[in-house]
Amino acid sequence: MLEILSHLEFEPFWLSFKLAGITTLILFVLSVPLAWWLSQTKSKSKPIVEALTALPIVLPPSVLGFYILVALSHNSPIGVFFDETFGIKLVFNFTGLVIASCFYSLPFMVQPLQSGFESINKNMLEASYIAGKSKIQTIIKVALPNIKPALLTAIIVTFAHTVGEFGVVLMVGGSIPGETKVASVAIYEFVEVMDYKAAHVYSAIMLIISFVVLLSVYIFNGKMKKVGI
Amino acid sequence: MIKIDINKKLHGVAGEMVLQVDLEINQGDFVALTGQSGSGKTTLLRILAGLEEAEGTLKVGNEIWQDKETYLKSQLRRIGFVFQEYALFPNMSVEQNLLYVEKDKELCRHLLDITDLSKLKNRLPYTLSGGQKQRVSLCRAMMNRPKLLLMDEPLSALDPAMRTKLQNEILTLHREFKTTTIMVSHDPSEIYRLSNRVVVLHHGAITKDGIAKEVLLQTNGSQKFSFEGELLDIIKVDVIFVAIVSIGQQLVEIVVSEQEKQNLQIGQVVRVGTKAFSPVIRG
Repeated sequence: MLEILSHLEFEPFWLSFKLAGITTLILFVLSVPLAWWLSQTKSKSKPIVEALTALPIVLPPSVLGFYILVALSHNSPIGVFFDETFGIKLVFNFTGLVIASCFYSLPFMVQPLQSGFESINKNMLEASYIAGKSKIQTIIKVALPNIKPALLTAIIVTFAHTVGEFGVVLMVGGSIPGETKVASVAIYEFVEVMDYKAAHVYSAIMLIISFVVLLSVYIFNGKMKKVGI
Repeated sequence: MIKIDINKKLHGVAGEMVLQVDLEINQGDFVALTGQSGSGKTTLLRILAGLEEAEGTLKVGNEIWQDKETYLKSQLRRIGFVFQEYALFPNMSVEQNLLYVEKDKELCRHLLDITDLSKLKNRLPYTLSGGQKQRVSLCRAMMNRPKLLLMDEPLSALDPAMRTKLQNEILTLHREFKTTTIMVSHDPSEIYRLSNRVVVLHHGAITKDGIAKEVLLQTNGSQKFSFEGELLDIIKVDVIFVAIVSIGQQLVEIVVSEQEKQNLQIGQVVRVGTKAFSPVIRG
């Protein structure tokens, strides 16, 4: 066992966590305003936006991956624009993976935040407005600190979901070692070449990490309920 | 001087109604707003706070809060609002709840002293009792030295003893800061103790407006006493009938004739009154 571990390539794990970390950060910044809008709006377009946000949950990753590939490839207007303006290629590299992951994991960030914001006592937000505070101040100082469980769930689940991503990554990124070959793709390749030992070790590591992460979320959320947040 | 002239269509439980209020309130007044539930009291308060929109004009002193051209946001109205369910910020300590409104440590200390909360200033809201929470909420509402203090049934969730304590504190604060105040309340004794003017809303319109004694006193003509209660039972005792009526927290017995008994139904709300006798009050 130790021998296998010492020969193990950790790069795919590192890549998975780097991808998940960056995706989570970007999605958090984008999703807080979106989730806030969804939680407060009475607009008729709300269900449309909600449906669009939730699409990645039901779509097969291959469909999502295919569209992203088509939209960002160097033949598409977007791909051409980024290539010519910034010299950045958007597919089959790490940047492409980040963009694809942001689409793929969007609902996992938006939905917990939205239901968190919706659960906040409206009078509390009104008390903040009456105290002269703007919406942004209210979100940062009152809303977010009082939905800590939802916040943690959103961040952890988005992170974990991105680590566990497979189909979209394969479609958009392929399997370039050190660039797009994340842990889930590595396991797939081990199985393909019938290296079950390595596949076992990789899978066990993923399983243990995922379990520990989820366990700590539930323990934390249980504690927060006791202090009334 | 606060001038209110607003109207708004409401979809209440009893169908559509129009909230139409034309009211002038003097600087420093303590106005109690009362009336049946669904009469538009809370909505009026929320319109004043800028939390709900309505048509018409609102003017506070020389400042226009609302007219055809302007609409001042809640943030800019400088009001205090005490919600029935406290609405404290659970993530902040008592002191932080106050300082969030205005970073005025001096005023914060003073308010906490008056309301006997100084020892609790580092506690989080979830560790406080209902009465303590509402005192914090009251202090928080005073932190921006509001031009207008609005309170929506602030004491209705508290037990009678705590209510009296808080009434005293509200009174102390009102005497010191002389803040023009509008309080929604159903409790006649509270209204009597605190307010110098009572406005009764019924179906969105003002039906009574005056001092507490005139508006709330239920006796009329030669009646000396008159209480409302629920008829619980009528028992036959020898040749007479005795009605058991629940008034407030007490049960009383009243002798009724057979003829009177015919008109009464168990469970009915009745009025018990008496004329010309001299009662004794003992403390």
